[in-house]
Amino acid sequence: MSEMTPAGGPHSANGHGSSSQHDAVGPTVEPIPNPGLPEHAPRPTDVDPAMERRAERQVAGMFIAATVMALAFCVCYFTVGFDSTMFGYGMQNLTLGVTLGLSLLLIGLGANHWARKLMADQELIEHRHPLASSTEDRDAALLAFRTGAAESGFGRRTLVRNSMLGALAMLGLPAVVLLRDLGPLPGNVLAHTVWRKGVRIVNDVAGTPIRPGDIELGQLVNAEPASFFPSVGANGQTIPAQYEGIQLNDEKAKAAVIVVRMQPEDIHPSKSHASWGYEGILCFSKICTHVGCPISLWEHTTHHVLCPCHQSTFDLGQDAKVLFGPAARALPQLPIGVDSEGFLIAMHDFYEPVGPSYWERG
Amino acid sequence: MKFLSTRRRHPLAGLIVLGLALVMMGAFYSAFRPAAAGQSGSDTALIAQGRKLFVVSCSTCHGLNGEGTLDKGGNQNGPSLVGVGAAAVDFQVGTGRMPLAAPGTQAAARHPVYSPQEVRALAAYIATLGPGPSIPAANDYGTAGLSAEEIAQGGEFFRTNCTACHNYAGKGGALPSGRYAPSLTGVDPRYIYEAMVTGPQSMPIFSDAVLKPQEKRQIIAYLQTLESQPAYGGSQLGSLGPVTEGLWSWLAGIGVLVLATVWISNNGARARKKSHE
Repeated sequence: MSEMTPAGGPHSANGHGSSSQHDAVGPTVEPIPNPGLPEHAPRPTDVDPAMERRAERQVAGMFIAATVMALAFCVCYFTVGFDSTMFGYGMQNLTLGVTLGLSLLLIGLGANHWARKLMADQELIEHRHPLASSTEDRDAALLAFRTGAAESGFGRRTLVRNSMLGALAMLGLPAVVLLRDLGPLPGNVLAHTVWRKGVRIVNDVAGTPIRPGDIELGQLVNAEPASFFPSVGANGQTIPAQYEGIQLNDEKAKAAVIVVRMQPEDIHPSKSHASWGYEGILCFSKICTHVGCPISLWEHTTHHVLCPCHQSTFDLGQDAKVLFGPAARALPQLPIGVDSEGFLIAMHDFYEPVGPSYWERG
Repeated sequence: MKFLSTRRRHPLAGLIVLGLALVMMGAFYSAFRPAAAGQSGSDTALIAQGRKLFVVSCSTCHGLNGEGTLDKGGNQNGPSLVGVGAAAVDFQVGTGRMPLAAPGTQAAARHPVYSPQEVRALAAYIATLGPGPSIPAANDYGTAGLSAEEIAQGGEFFRTNCTACHNYAGKGGALPSGRYAPSLTGVDPRYIYEAMVTGPQSMPIFSDAVLKPQEKRQIIAYLQTLESQPAYGGSQLGSLGPVTEGLWSWLAGIGVLVLATVWISNNGARARKKSHE
């Protein structure tokens, strides 16, 4: 406490009843002498009335300009059309931003200029208060707490105390019951996609089914399951897509795939994956196994797929194993084949969950 | 000669001389004019011209018959050109990527070395090596008559197939080992179409059988719409996303705030200097 109070300073009184304590410790010795405040140097506006009037006009000028800018904002809002452009910029956003920004800036500059040039300019010292209360205050507080504890019988009447603690603990149960209704547990939806045996692989956006002959060597196709798109039935009627809205987005986020074609001799699959391709055409999940970015940056010269988010690199010639980057697992591969009409189809769902790892997956 | 000299003042003499001069000019022109493309009669000449150009400036890497060559280490020096098609030649030579000035990670677009006619000749020669995509006609990549909905769908195709490498605004991006996807801004629609069909360098192929010509036109139209759009959000900082935007807001934005704070807390001008000590 003593080091907070500069000895011999002009404002050393702290007024918190600690002076008696101070006296008990004895006079403090500062390691270096207190230099005190430097001599006050007046500003030009303090000594020259002309400068003062000039500063006054400047501050008022900034505030008036801010007012004009705020008005100009309103005028621009109603007069500048959305389609008008200036220097290749959208005129409306430009004028609204400039006028509102200038108005705010000028208010700030005016306030700052006012404080620096015209408001009172003396050096003040405000001493820190001691952080601890006085001994008397602390003793009184302790005494009050002990008296209260004794009078309430909190320590003596154990039945009352324990039943109250039990009642408070039981309040957690209604909260659990309410929170449970926030939604069903995810179950196994993370482990499955809409791919099934026989689901056609179609070009994303357009929804056109693909024949193996359509895919050239070195080609990349961003594809989705056919069930996301309307199809034409046997009688020529349009069958609507099986999924729509939020459900479509949820399923699309898991089912997106990339289809590539390589020279068969460039593909070195493990035994279990050997029959998953079709004449050099391979199909992999488009969802990076690191944090789930869509990954379709395929270099057909190296057969590498690179994730644009964190540069995880997968070698599609070797079951999409990780070559580089933070991803821990290879991209899941979709086993593919051809249906009776000659279109590419899935032969099975993915054999492992797509996308980033999660706890239960390990 | 007396017959001519006596009639040289004849009123029709001027006209006759003029007619003779025109006939001679026509004969000279048809004898010396360069072989025009697209004329069936001159295809053989065009292919022969292309073969000559190929042997001079392409065969070092691609082999005397376009079969490709290997370097001493057995690595590919120049790929085989059998079956790449005329479209690949038109793209590579027309954008100045080929002939390669020096071996490197990636051929960059530069001022084309060959005239359009010579590019056509080279393309005609390479097309004889094996079947491949031909140079698209103007109405294959022209974007006239596309509705706003079709252009918007072109944006969907673009975001699904192209943005992974070429960036959401088509400004290009980095690839592993010093390679890169070039910017698509200001690129001739014909070259964009040809790149999709032929898959130059690291780029995969997007064949017409899967990504239909109409869908390719939609993508090109979407790119043109992007280019012609005014910058409604202010300066785009190269449309490179969080990198330039973050750099700008941290250096320029925070930097200006720090400087302003230093300036505000500064003592400023005083009428009389403080006298210390």
